[in-house]
Amino acid sequence: MNWLKPSWQAVLAVALCLIAVGLGAMSKPEAAALAQPEASFPYPYLVTKGLMFGLLVIAALVSMTRLPAIVEALVLFVGAHLTAWLLITGINGFEGTALAPYFLVLAAAWLLGWRCVAVLSSLRPVANWARTALRLIIPAIFGAWILILWEAITRGAGIPFILLPPPSAIGARIASSLPVLGADVRQTIFKAVIFGYVVGSGAGFLAAIAADRVPFLRRGLLPIGNMVSALPIIGVAPIMVMWFGFDWQSKAAVVIIMTFFPMLVNTVAGLAASGHMERDLMRTYASGYWQTLFKLRLPAAAPFIFNALKINSTLALIGAIVAEFFGTPVVGMGFRISTEVGRMNIDMVWAEIAVAALAGSVFYGVVALFERAVTFWHPSVRGG
Amino acid sequence: MTGNSPAVVSASKLGLTFQTNDGPVQALSNVDLTIGKGEFVSFIGPSGCGKTTLLRVIADLEKPTAGTISVNGMTPEQARESRAYGYVFQAAALFPWRTIERNVGLPLEIIGLSRAEQAERIKRTLELVNLSGFEKKYPWQLSGGMQQRASIARALAFDADLLLMDEPFGALDEIVRDHLNEQLLELWERTNKTICFVTHSIPEAVYLSTRIVVMSPRPGRVSDIIESTLPKKRPLDIRETPEFLAIAARVRDGLRAGHSYDD
Ligand SMILES: Nc1ncnc2c1ncn2[C@@H]1O[C@H](COP(=O)(O)OP(=O)(O)OP(=O)(O)O)[C@@H](O)[C@H]1O
Ligand SMILES: [Mg+2]
Repeated sequence: MNWLKPSWQAVLAVALCLIAVGLGAMSKPEAAALAQPEASFPYPYLVTKGLMFGLLVIAALVSMTRLPAIVEALVLFVGAHLTAWLLITGINGFEGTALAPYFLVLAAAWLLGWRCVAVLSSLRPVANWARTALRLIIPAIFGAWILILWEAITRGAGIPFILLPPPSAIGARIASSLPVLGADVRQTIFKAVIFGYVVGSGAGFLAAIAADRVPFLRRGLLPIGNMVSALPIIGVAPIMVMWFGFDWQSKAAVVIIMTFFPMLVNTVAGLAASGHMERDLMRTYASGYWQTLFKLRLPAAAPFIFNALKINSTLALIGAIVAEFFGTPVVGMGFRISTEVGRMNIDMVWAEIAVAALAGSVFYGVVALFERAVTFWHPSVRGG
Repeated sequence: MTGNSPAVVSASKLGLTFQTNDGPVQALSNVDLTIGKGEFVSFIGPSGCGKTTLLRVIADLEKPTAGTISVNGMTPEQARESRAYGYVFQAAALFPWRTIERNVGLPLEIIGLSRAEQAERIKRTLELVNLSGFEKKYPWQLSGGMQQRASIARALAFDADLLLMDEPFGALDEIVRDHLNEQLLELWERTNKTICFVTHSIPEAVYLSTRIVVMSPRPGRVSDIIESTLPKKRPLDIRETPEFLAIAARVRDGLRAGHSYDD
C-alpha cells in the first residue's frame, strides 16, 4: 500500500462530509422543501451541494495518494478554496438559515486548507524565489482562512450586523468610503503620527546623548522619564487639546510624549551595550568622545534604537487615534470611530480599524526593513 | 638590559591591587622593569600571573596602585594620548558592522590619515598577515584565527613605535604561527620597534625575544629575567640549535620555580 499516504486532516474531512450527507438539509429552506416535496421553494445549494461534497472528498482522497508535495498542495488548495467559495456565495440571500451540515462542510474545507499549509511548510525549495514565494503564500493562506471562517460563520449563523459584520461588508464599506478614509488617514497618520513620531523619537535620542554626556542628567532624567511614560494617555490627551487646540498639533503632542521615553530609555541602554574590550581599543587610539560615539557606541546601540523605533511605531498610532476622542475637527480616524459607533455604523468602525491595522503593519514593516539593513551584522539578523 | 639606549618603559616597585567583592586581589606586586628602545621582550608565566594586567598598566588602561611607571619618559596617560603604542588584545575585538578593511582602517580614520594613505597601509598590513582577498568580508564570516590576524593587521597599520601584544598568536595553528613569528621578527628588525609580547609558548618566547620576563602568580610578580644570546637574524631552524635549547631550558626552570603548585 505504498501509494497511500494518510493524513488525519484528510481522513477527518471525508468523515465530516459523510456525516453532513447523512444529516441531509444544509439550510432551513432546504429542510422545508424536503418536508413538502410538492411545493417548490427556492433554497441554497440546489445544484452546488453535490459539487461541494464531490470536490472535498476527491481532493481529500487524491491528497492521500503518493503525489509530489507541490501537486498535493495544489489539489488541496483548489479543493478547499473552491468549496469555501461555493459555500459562501451559495448562502447569499439566505443568511442565518444554515444548519449543521453547512458548518461541517466549512470545517472539512478548513481541514483541507490546514493540510495544504502543512504540506507547503514542509517544502524545502532550493531556489531563492521559491523560498520567498513560500514565505508569502503560507501567511496569505492563513489570513485568507481567518476571513473565510469569519465570513462563512457570521453569514451562515446570521450574527447581528451590530455585533460583527462579515468581512465582505467591511470591504464594501472601505471601497465606498475611500475619500473619507483617505482624509482621515491624511489627518491622523500623515500629520499627527508622522510628525509626533519623528519629533518624539528624535528628541528622545538627543536627550539620551545628552544624558550620556552629562551624568547628572542621566540620574535626574531617567526616573522622571519612567514617571512620565506611566502617565495615562486618557489624562494627557484632553490637556494637550487645551494647550495646542483641536487640530492635529495636540495629537502630535500626545504622540511626542508617548514616544519620547521609550527612545530615551532604549538609547541609554544601547549606549552602554558596547563591550569593554572595544572601548579599551578606542582608548588606545586616544579617540575622543564623539569619535567613540559615532564609530563604536552608536553602531553597537543600533539594535536598541530600532527596538524603540518599532515600539514607537505602534504607540504613535494608538496615541494619535485615542487622542482624537477628546476633540478634533470633523476628520481623523479616532474622530470617525467615536462618531460612527454612536450612529451604529459598525461597518465604518471596522473599516477604520482595518485601515489602522494596515497602516500600522506597513509602518512597522518599513521600520523593520530599515533595521535589517542597518543591523545586518547583529546575530539576530544574520543568523536568520 | 640594552646598555644606554633610552628607556621606553620603565617601572619601579609597580603594584596593582584590584578591589573585588571577595577581598583585594594583588595582580602585580613590586615589578621593576626597564625596557629599552628596540627591545623585544616576552612575558611568560602561568595563567593569572598578571601578564595582561602589566600590559594594560603600560597602556594606561589600568592605573597602578603602587610604584611608578613611565612610557617614553611620560606618564602612561600622556603616552596613550600621544598615540605612542599599538595594542593587540587577547581576543580579536573587531567591529562586526565593519568589513575587514574598514576594521583595519579604524585607527587610521581616527588619527585622520588621508584616504590614499589609509588604503595603502590597509593593503600592506593585510598582505603581511596573509589576508589579502578578504578585505570585503565581515569579521563573523572569518575563522577565529583569521579574525585574530586581522586584529594584528589593525595594530600594525597603526604603526606606533611600541607594540603591546597580548597572546596575539594564541588562536593560530602551528604553520601560520611560524609564518607570523617570522614576519614579526622581520618587521621588528626592519623598523626597530619596541615590542612587548605575552605568550604561553616557551619556543615562541625564545625564538622572538631579546629578553624573556618570567612571571609567577599570587601575587603577580617578575620571578626571573633571561637575556637571549641569540643573534638578531634568526631563521626558523635556529630552534634546533643547542644554544636555543639551553635558553628554553632556563625559561622552563624559571617557570617551574615560580609555579606555586610545585612546592
Ligand atoms: N578587572 C579586574 N578585577 C579584578 N581582578 C582582576 C581584574 N583583572 C584581572 N584580575 C585578576 O588579576 C590577576 C591577573 O590577571 P591577568 O589577566 O593579568 O592574568 P594573565 O597573566 O594575563 O592570565 P592569562 O594567561 O590567563 O591571560 C588574576 O588573578 C585576575 O583574576
Ligand atoms: Mg591575559
